[in-house]
Amino acid sequence: MSRKTLTRRQFVAATAMSSAALITAPYVRGAYAAGKLSIGFWDHWVPNANDASTAMVKAWGEKEKVEVSIDYITSNNNKIQLTVAAEAQAKSGHDILQMPTWWPHAYAENLEPVNDVMEPLIKQNGEVNGTVKYLGQAGGKWLAVPATPGSQIKGPCSRIDLMKKHAGIDVQEMYPVGAPAKADNWTLETFLKAAEACHKGGVPFGIGLGETTDSVDTAGAIFQSFGAELVNAKGDVTVKTDAVRQALEYYKKLIAFLPPDAPSWDDASNNKWLISGRGAMILNPPSAWAVARRDAPQIAEQCWTHGMPSGPKGRFAPYLPYFWGLWSFSKNKEAAKSLLTYLSQPSSIEKFVAASGGYDLPAYANMTTLKTWAEEGPPKGTLYHYPNPNNHQTLSIAASPAPPKIAQQIYFQATLTKMALRYAQGEKMEATLAWAEGECEGFMRS
Amino acid sequence: MADVVVEQGQAVRAARARKPASLRNVLGRKSTVAFFLTLPLILLIALLVLYPAVYSVHLATLNKSMQKFVGFGNFLFLFKRDTFWMVVKQSCIFAVTAVFFKALIGFIVAHFVHNIPAKGQRKWRGMLLVPWVIPPAMSTLAWLWLFDPSYSAFNYTLSFFGIGPINWLGDNVWARFSVILVNIWYGAPFFMIMYLAALKSVPDQLYEAAAIDGANWWQKIWYVTLPMMRNIIAITALFSLIVTFANFDIVRILTSGGPLDQTHIFATWAFKVGIEGSDIPLGASVSLFMVPILAVAAIFILRDVSKRGNEA
Repeated sequence: MSRKTLTRRQFVAATAMSSAALITAPYVRGAYAAGKLSIGFWDHWVPNANDASTAMVKAWGEKEKVEVSIDYITSNNNKIQLTVAAEAQAKSGHDILQMPTWWPHAYAENLEPVNDVMEPLIKQNGEVNGTVKYLGQAGGKWLAVPATPGSQIKGPCSRIDLMKKHAGIDVQEMYPVGAPAKADNWTLETFLKAAEACHKGGVPFGIGLGETTDSVDTAGAIFQSFGAELVNAKGDVTVKTDAVRQALEYYKKLIAFLPPDAPSWDDASNNKWLISGRGAMILNPPSAWAVARRDAPQIAEQCWTHGMPSGPKGRFAPYLPYFWGLWSFSKNKEAAKSLLTYLSQPSSIEKFVAASGGYDLPAYANMTTLKTWAEEGPPKGTLYHYPNPNNHQTLSIAASPAPPKIAQQIYFQATLTKMALRYAQGEKMEATLAWAEGECEGFMRS
Repeated sequence: MADVVVEQGQAVRAARARKPASLRNVLGRKSTVAFFLTLPLILLIALLVLYPAVYSVHLATLNKSMQKFVGFGNFLFLFKRDTFWMVVKQSCIFAVTAVFFKALIGFIVAHFVHNIPAKGQRKWRGMLLVPWVIPPAMSTLAWLWLFDPSYSAFNYTLSFFGIGPINWLGDNVWARFSVILVNIWYGAPFFMIMYLAALKSVPDQLYEAAAIDGANWWQKIWYVTLPMMRNIIAITALFSLIVTFANFDIVRILTSGGPLDQTHIFATWAFKVGIEGSDIPLGASVSLFMVPILAVAAIFILRDVSKRGNEA
């Protein structure tokens, strides 16, 4: 039995090698040397749109040596909102979570400020619109980064043939491809006359009066066109004003020309209304047109997405941006910020827009004339005016400019559509206003 | 004196000798074994029921941003809201009406099934239980399509008789009717099966004796069937009242509380306020408001059941 002894030289050499290995180990770049990151993305309506997000994130992860895991969370039945609430409560979950409209403000205390991401992006991609600032900023801090996937304008999607036949309006001439809108005569009065004509023609406008977002967004844009605010930017209740009265009078006239079951419509009802060929117009992002292209091509080729009519105080279009929020409890904030910057590069934005068939809208001014919108069809150019390429209208969200935490209550309690419906169903104007005032006072809790 | 010492020593030894025996006795007792056997379930209930319940009480005492303790402040705020009282009223109408009709239909159908010969009874029982075994979210979706605002199958059928179209989910009265109808459709089979089991346990001799006394069918029901089923009726009504008060999926899927909040019940309004409105403490307070209402109902019903149990 032989026994090998360790010489002094061997001992010194082994010790030196071990020490060197221990000291240099952290600097060796392995496959996932920069750690892990998890993201919760909104699960896109458009088929295969998620694949583009996955491919981009994967490419970034390989380049930056970060192990990234992605979950796609549906917004059906508010699953994404539930996830935001649960992760904020548990202070655990994804590093980055996509959240709709009001949620950055609702969970501002749990979000990492991202000024260092947003300031360079704005310099590079152009200014963001006022609604993005209103929803994404608090006290000069950026709470989240505006996300291209899911962000949308809910403007009119009209039937070219039916609008010509019943209302005498050529929407393609009013909103031509590759040129600014010629829509000076496209006012709320014209809109009302067109609604009446289409109603008489048996193809009423499909505008909901329910409590879901599509109904609320339309009401928000019409109220804003009259300058009607339930709560102003300072947080004062301003329900009993002439502007609110005018908006209610207008809505009462409009409701007479809408389908009688509109009070029970949800966000799918208007899509079905257009696709089934029963209506001359809905207010929606191009998802209804995209489904019609697949299921009812003869209807899709008659659809034209365009701008909102203008009112006494301007032309307002319902706009709903999504955001990517970075939780303050994230363990890999630097990697997360790097990914958010990457996903907001012009090349990434172009891929998002192309993968969604033009549905997704970037928040930045320089990114509203991508070729996807000009080329999508049939009919070719149907989406050209969807991203508001000529700043023809003000992008806004219902219940603004009230402080976001109050506006969120007005929005989700559907106070605007409820007011319109109450008044249209015969309640006295002052009773409706008193009811709305009481509701708004209740929304002031902090 | 020495005797005493010896006795004391024996007493000490005896006590020492008894100690392991008493532990063995304790462990050997049926109640101890039963406790240990049920311990996993007790722990599960503590984790999944008690913890969320206590946590929701904690949430209900916080302000909107969940940074400050406000005690009963959220409840006091709710008491001043008209919409809240409308939700209380609607929840009571929804639960009481639905439970009454579920019990009535269950009672009638249970009698029909009871009178079917034993050979064919099993398949009828199986078929009648179908609404109860389908997940309600799924079956309610089917109802939604039947009530669909624009393409209602019911309206299509009624149009052949020159009736309608009925605005099932867009009119306040019809919307309330629709959500209650679906709840009855879903819950009646539960009552039917419970009442059927109770009917089978009523001794035939009682009916025979009643028949000899000249009782007609109504008198048999009133003086024999109902007294024999009183406890099961009370327990099922209480159980169903609790479940119906806490219902969420049917209203959420059919109307989301609309039109004009006229079909909101506690759970759907709590979701609206708590999750959609990001006011989790207020949402928790709305949910907890059900507790005292149900507790009072439970006390009265269970007290009556135990009183009759003692009489028996």
